[in-house]
Amino acid sequence: MTRVKWTVWLPLAVFAGFVALVALQLFRPAGREVESAMIGKPVPAFTLPPASADRPGLSLADLRDGKPKLLNVWASWCIPCAAEAPQLAALQRQGADIVSVAVRDTPDDVARFLARYGNPYSRIGADDLSQVQLGIGSSGVPETFVIDGQGIIRYQHIGDIREPDVAMLLGKLREAAR
Amino acid sequence: MRLLAPLLLALAVPGAALAQNAMPPAPYAYRQLEDPAAEAQAQELMETLRCLKCQSQSIADSDAPMAGDMRHQVRSRIAAGESPEAIRAWLVERYGDYVSYKPRLDSATWPLFALPLLLVAGAALALWRRFGRRG
Repeated sequence: MTRVKWTVWLPLAVFAGFVALVALQLFRPAGREVESAMIGKPVPAFTLPPASADRPGLSLADLRDGKPKLLNVWASWCIPCAAEAPQLAALQRQGADIVSVAVRDTPDDVARFLARYGNPYSRIGADDLSQVQLGIGSSGVPETFVIDGQGIIRYQHIGDIREPDVAMLLGKLREAAR
Repeated sequence: MRLLAPLLLALAVPGAALAQNAMPPAPYAYRQLEDPAAEAQAQELMETLRCLKCQSQSIADSDAPMAGDMRHQVRSRIAAGESPEAIRAWLVERYGDYVSYKPRLDSATWPLFALPLLLVAGAALALWRRFGRRG
Protein backbone atom coordinates (compact mmCIF):
# COMPACT_ATOMS: atom_id res chain seq x y z
CA MET A 1 0.00 0.00 0.00
CA THR A 2 1.36 3.37 -0.94
CA ARG A 3 1.30 6.03 1.72
CA VAL A 4 -0.62 9.12 0.69
CA LYS A 5 0.73 12.50 1.59
CA TRP A 6 -1.28 14.41 4.23
CA THR A 7 -1.69 17.25 1.77
CA VAL A 8 -4.34 15.34 -0.19
CA TRP A 9 -6.74 16.12 2.67
CA LEU A 10 -6.12 19.85 2.38
CA PRO A 11 -8.79 20.62 -0.25
CA LEU A 12 -11.38 18.65 1.73
CA ALA A 13 -10.45 20.51 4.92
CA VAL A 14 -10.76 23.85 3.15
CA PHE A 15 -14.14 22.80 1.77
CA ALA A 16 -15.35 21.65 5.23
CA GLY A 17 -14.22 24.95 6.69
CA PHE A 18 -16.17 26.79 4.01
CA VAL A 19 -19.33 24.76 4.70
CA ALA A 20 -18.97 25.42 8.44
CA LEU A 21 -18.63 29.16 7.82
CA VAL A 22 -21.70 29.25 5.57
CA ALA A 23 -23.75 27.21 8.07
CA LEU A 24 -22.71 29.48 10.93
CA GLN A 25 -23.67 32.67 9.08
CA LEU A 26 -26.89 31.05 7.84
CA PHE A 27 -28.18 30.39 11.36
CA ARG A 28 -27.04 33.67 12.85
CA PRO A 29 -29.81 36.25 12.56
CA ALA A 30 -28.70 38.97 10.17
CA GLY A 31 -28.82 42.55 11.42
CA ARG A 32 -31.27 44.64 9.42
CA GLU A 33 -30.34 47.90 11.08
CA VAL A 34 -28.03 50.38 9.42
CA GLU A 35 -26.15 52.36 12.03
CA SER A 36 -25.34 55.98 11.43
CA ALA A 37 -21.67 56.70 10.75
CA MET A 38 -22.19 60.26 12.02
CA ILE A 39 -21.69 59.56 15.75
CA GLY A 40 -19.14 62.08 17.04
CA LYS A 41 -19.68 64.36 14.04
CA PRO A 42 -21.61 67.63 13.86
CA VAL A 43 -25.17 67.76 12.55
CA PRO A 44 -25.06 69.34 9.07
CA ALA A 45 -26.66 72.75 8.62
CA PHE A 46 -30.40 72.74 7.98
CA THR A 47 -33.53 74.83 8.50
CA LEU A 48 -36.95 73.19 8.53
CA PRO A 49 -40.35 74.92 8.66
CA PRO A 50 -42.75 73.95 11.47
CA ALA A 51 -44.70 70.71 10.99
CA SER A 52 -47.47 71.70 13.42
CA ALA A 53 -49.29 74.93 14.23
CA ASP A 54 -48.34 75.14 17.92
CA ARG A 55 -44.62 74.34 17.79
CA PRO A 56 -41.79 76.16 16.01
CA GLY A 57 -39.72 74.51 13.27
CA LEU A 58 -36.17 73.28 13.73
CA SER A 59 -32.78 74.43 12.54
CA LEU A 60 -29.15 73.68 13.38
CA ALA A 61 -28.95 76.86 15.48
CA ASP A 62 -31.66 75.47 17.79
CA LEU A 63 -29.52 72.39 18.41
CA ARG A 64 -26.42 74.44 19.24
CA ASP A 65 -27.83 76.44 22.15
CA GLY A 66 -25.51 74.78 24.69
CA LYS A 67 -28.04 72.33 26.09
CA PRO A 68 -28.03 68.62 25.11
CA LYS A 69 -31.19 67.42 23.43
CA LEU A 70 -32.95 64.36 22.12
CA LEU A 71 -33.66 64.59 18.40
CA ASN A 72 -36.54 62.25 17.61
CA VAL A 73 -37.03 61.26 13.95
CA TRP A 74 -40.66 60.21 13.58
CA ALA A 75 -43.76 60.30 11.41
CA SER A 76 -47.50 60.07 11.97
CA TRP A 77 -47.67 57.13 9.53
CA CYS A 78 -45.18 55.16 11.61
CA ILE A 79 -46.79 52.68 13.99
CA PRO A 80 -43.81 52.11 16.34
CA CYS A 81 -43.74 55.91 16.76
CA ALA A 82 -47.13 55.63 18.48
CA ALA A 83 -45.79 52.78 20.61
CA GLU A 84 -42.91 54.91 21.92
CA ALA A 85 -45.13 57.91 22.80
CA PRO A 86 -45.48 57.00 26.53
CA GLN A 87 -41.68 56.64 26.82
CA LEU A 88 -41.12 60.03 25.13
CA ALA A 89 -43.63 61.57 27.56
CA ALA A 90 -41.71 60.00 30.48
CA LEU A 91 -38.44 61.39 29.14
CA GLN A 92 -39.96 64.87 28.88
CA ARG A 93 -41.36 64.64 32.43
CA GLN A 94 -37.88 63.77 33.66
CA GLY A 95 -36.41 66.88 32.14
CA ALA A 96 -35.26 65.87 28.64
CA ASP A 97 -35.61 68.54 25.95
CA ILE A 98 -37.01 66.65 22.97
CA VAL A 99 -36.95 68.24 19.52
CA SER A 100 -38.02 66.35 16.44
CA VAL A 101 -38.42 66.13 12.71
CA ALA A 102 -41.58 64.66 11.17
CA VAL A 103 -40.57 62.77 8.01
CA ARG A 104 -42.78 63.00 4.90
CA ASP A 105 -45.81 64.13 6.84
CA THR A 106 -48.82 66.38 6.32
CA PRO A 107 -49.85 69.04 8.90
CA ASP A 108 -53.27 67.41 9.36
CA ASP A 109 -51.78 63.98 10.07
CA VAL A 110 -49.23 65.47 12.48
CA ALA A 111 -51.97 67.35 14.38
CA ARG A 112 -54.14 64.22 14.58
CA PHE A 113 -51.23 62.08 15.81
CA LEU A 114 -50.20 64.61 18.50
CA ALA A 115 -53.81 65.03 19.69
CA ARG A 116 -54.09 61.28 20.09
CA TYR A 117 -50.70 60.30 21.52
CA GLY A 118 -49.52 63.53 23.20
CA ASN A 119 -46.89 66.11 22.25
CA PRO A 120 -43.56 65.78 24.08
CA TYR A 121 -41.72 67.98 21.56
CA SER A 122 -40.52 71.56 22.06
CA ARG A 123 -39.92 71.91 18.29
CA ILE A 124 -41.07 69.95 15.24
CA GLY A 125 -39.48 70.46 11.83
CA ALA A 126 -41.20 69.26 8.65
CA ASP A 127 -38.66 67.00 6.93
CA ASP A 128 -40.63 66.58 3.70
CA LEU A 129 -37.66 65.42 1.61
CA SER A 130 -35.96 63.34 4.33
CA GLN A 131 -33.18 65.94 4.10
CA VAL A 132 -32.33 65.95 7.81
CA GLN A 133 -32.91 62.21 8.10
CA LEU A 134 -30.38 61.52 5.34
CA GLY A 135 -28.09 64.25 6.67
CA ILE A 136 -27.62 62.57 10.06
CA GLY A 137 -27.45 58.99 8.74
CA SER A 138 -30.85 57.82 9.95
CA SER A 139 -32.38 55.02 7.89
CA GLY A 140 -35.86 54.72 9.33
CA VAL A 141 -38.47 55.88 11.81
CA PRO A 142 -38.47 56.06 14.73
CA GLU A 143 -34.90 56.86 15.62
CA THR A 144 -33.67 59.01 18.49
CA PHE A 145 -30.35 60.86 18.51
CA VAL A 146 -28.58 62.43 21.48
CA ILE A 147 -27.17 65.80 20.36
CA ASP A 148 -24.88 67.74 22.67
CA GLY A 149 -25.00 71.50 23.22
CA GLN A 150 -22.56 72.13 20.36
CA GLY A 151 -24.63 70.20 17.84
CA ILE A 152 -22.43 67.07 17.85
CA ILE A 153 -24.22 63.72 17.47
CA ARG A 154 -23.37 61.64 20.53
CA TYR A 155 -25.64 58.60 20.33
CA GLN A 156 -28.18 56.94 18.05
CA HIS A 157 -31.07 54.80 19.25
CA ILE A 158 -32.63 52.76 16.43
CA GLY A 159 -36.28 51.73 16.70
CA ASP A 160 -38.96 52.60 19.25
CA ILE A 161 -37.93 53.57 22.77
CA ARG A 162 -38.91 50.83 25.24
CA GLU A 163 -39.27 51.26 29.00
CA PRO A 164 -35.67 50.25 29.88
CA ASP A 165 -34.35 52.72 27.28
CA VAL A 166 -35.74 55.75 29.16
CA ALA A 167 -33.13 55.63 31.95
CA MET A 168 -30.42 54.76 29.39
CA LEU A 169 -31.23 57.82 27.24
CA LEU A 170 -31.35 60.11 30.30
CA GLY A 171 -27.87 58.79 31.14
CA LYS A 172 -26.66 59.55 27.59
CA LEU A 173 -28.04 63.10 27.93
CA ARG A 174 -26.13 63.57 31.20
CA GLU A 175 -22.99 62.23 29.51
CA ALA A 176 -23.46 64.70 26.65
CA ALA A 177 -23.78 67.58 29.13
CA ARG A 178 -20.27 66.96 30.44
CA MET B 1 -47.55 41.88 25.85
CA ARG B 2 -44.64 43.96 24.69
CA LEU B 3 -44.61 42.01 21.45
CA LEU B 4 -48.38 42.23 21.19
CA ALA B 5 -48.63 46.01 21.63
CA PRO B 6 -47.36 47.01 18.15
CA LEU B 7 -49.66 44.37 16.63
CA LEU B 8 -52.70 45.76 18.46
CA LEU B 9 -51.70 49.26 17.38
CA ALA B 10 -51.41 48.08 13.82
CA LEU B 11 -54.96 46.79 13.99
CA ALA B 12 -56.18 49.95 15.71
CA VAL B 13 -54.75 52.35 13.12
CA PRO B 14 -55.76 50.84 9.80
CA GLY B 15 -54.06 52.35 6.83
CA ALA B 16 -51.58 54.32 8.92
CA ALA B 17 -48.69 52.47 7.33
CA LEU B 18 -49.94 53.37 3.88
CA ALA B 19 -50.35 57.04 4.73
CA GLN B 20 -46.70 57.80 3.97
CA ASN B 21 -47.71 57.64 0.34
CA ALA B 22 -50.21 60.44 0.91
CA MET B 23 -47.28 62.83 0.53
CA PRO B 24 -46.38 63.60 -3.07
CA PRO B 25 -42.97 62.15 -4.00
CA ALA B 26 -39.91 64.41 -3.88
CA PRO B 27 -39.58 66.56 -7.06
CA TYR B 28 -36.73 64.50 -8.51
CA ALA B 29 -37.80 61.10 -7.17
CA TYR B 30 -39.41 60.10 -10.47
CA ARG B 31 -38.59 63.03 -12.75
CA GLN B 32 -35.46 62.83 -14.85
CA LEU B 33 -33.01 65.70 -15.20
CA GLU B 34 -33.39 67.88 -18.31
CA ASP B 35 -29.78 67.36 -19.36
CA PRO B 36 -29.46 63.78 -20.70
CA ALA B 37 -25.75 63.59 -19.82
CA ALA B 38 -26.42 64.61 -16.21
CA GLU B 39 -29.34 62.16 -16.01
CA ALA B 40 -27.11 59.35 -17.29
CA GLN B 41 -24.55 60.18 -14.59
CA ALA B 42 -27.28 60.22 -11.93
CA GLN B 43 -28.76 56.94 -13.19
CA GLU B 44 -25.38 55.20 -13.14
CA LEU B 45 -24.78 56.35 -9.57
CA MET B 46 -28.29 55.44 -8.36
CA GLU B 47 -27.87 51.89 -9.61
CA THR B 48 -24.89 51.43 -7.28
CA LEU B 49 -26.46 52.88 -4.12
CA ARG B 50 -28.30 50.65 -1.66
CA CYS B 51 -31.87 51.36 -0.67
CA LEU B 52 -31.77 51.44 3.14
CA LYS B 53 -35.41 50.38 3.53
CA CYS B 54 -35.22 47.46 1.11
CA GLN B 55 -31.65 46.41 1.45
CA SER B 56 -31.26 44.09 -1.53
CA GLN B 57 -32.42 46.74 -4.01
CA SER B 58 -30.68 49.77 -5.39
CA ILE B 59 -32.35 53.16 -5.01
CA ALA B 60 -32.89 53.12 -8.78
CA ASP B 61 -34.98 49.94 -8.43
CA SER B 62 -36.97 50.78 -5.33
CA ASP B 63 -40.32 52.48 -4.92
CA ALA B 64 -39.83 53.02 -1.17
CA PRO B 65 -40.46 56.69 -0.32
CA MET B 66 -37.02 56.94 1.28
CA ALA B 67 -35.38 55.66 -1.93
CA GLY B 68 -37.30 58.40 -3.77
CA ASP B 69 -35.88 60.99 -1.39
CA MET B 70 -32.39 59.58 -1.97
CA ARG B 71 -32.88 59.81 -5.76
CA HIS B 72 -33.96 63.42 -5.25
CA GLN B 73 -30.72 64.07 -3.36
CA VAL B 74 -28.64 62.41 -6.10
CA ARG B 75 -30.35 64.20 -9.00
CA SER B 76 -30.41 67.65 -7.38
CA ARG B 77 -26.75 67.36 -6.37
CA ILE B 78 -25.74 66.25 -9.89
CA ALA B 79 -27.74 69.17 -11.29
CA ALA B 80 -25.86 71.47 -8.90
CA GLY B 81 -22.60 70.24 -10.40
CA GLU B 82 -21.42 67.76 -7.78
CA SER B 83 -19.50 64.77 -9.08
CA PRO B 84 -21.06 61.28 -8.66
CA GLU B 85 -18.15 60.08 -6.52
CA ALA B 86 -18.50 63.10 -4.20
CA ILE B 87 -22.18 62.22 -3.69
CA ARG B 88 -21.25 58.60 -3.01
CA ALA B 89 -18.67 59.78 -0.46
CA TRP B 90 -21.32 62.01 1.15
CA LEU B 91 -23.60 58.98 1.64
CA VAL B 92 -20.77 56.69 2.80
CA GLU B 93 -19.86 59.34 5.39
CA ARG B 94 -23.41 58.97 6.76
CA TYR B 95 -24.17 55.26 6.41
CA GLY B 96 -20.79 53.59 6.00
CA ASP B 97 -19.63 51.41 3.08
CA TYR B 98 -22.90 49.50 3.35
CA VAL B 99 -24.81 52.11 1.36
CA SER B 100 -22.59 51.64 -1.69
CA TYR B 101 -22.63 48.58 -3.95
CA LYS B 102 -19.33 49.58 -5.50
CA PRO B 103 -16.53 47.78 -3.65
CA ARG B 104 -13.72 49.96 -2.33
CA LEU B 105 -10.08 48.93 -2.21
CA ASP B 106 -8.74 49.71 1.26
CA SER B 107 -6.84 48.14 4.15
CA ALA B 108 -9.82 45.91 5.06
CA THR B 109 -10.83 44.76 1.57
CA TRP B 110 -7.52 44.22 -0.25
CA PRO B 111 -7.43 40.43 0.42
CA LEU B 112 -10.65 40.11 -1.61
CA PHE B 113 -8.80 41.45 -4.62
CA ALA B 114 -5.40 39.86 -3.90
CA LEU B 115 -6.60 36.32 -3.13
CA PRO B 116 -8.00 35.48 -6.60
CA LEU B 117 -4.77 36.72 -8.22
CA LEU B 118 -2.77 34.59 -5.80
CA LEU B 119 -4.91 31.52 -6.53
CA VAL B 120 -4.56 31.98 -10.30
CA ALA B 121 -0.79 32.39 -9.92
CA GLY B 122 -0.62 29.28 -7.72
CA ALA B 123 -2.67 27.26 -10.22
CA ALA B 124 -0.47 28.43 -13.10
CA LEU B 125 2.66 27.41 -11.19
CA ALA B 126 1.23 23.97 -10.36
CA LEU B 127 0.23 23.40 -14.00
CA TRP B 128 3.62 24.53 -15.24
CA ARG B 129 5.41 22.20 -12.85
CA ARG B 130 3.28 19.24 -13.90
CA PHE B 131 3.11 19.78 -17.67
CA GLY B 132 5.36 22.66 -18.62
CA ARG B 133 8.75 20.98 -18.47
CA ARG B 134 7.90 18.07 -20.74
CA GLY B 135 8.12 20.52 -23.64
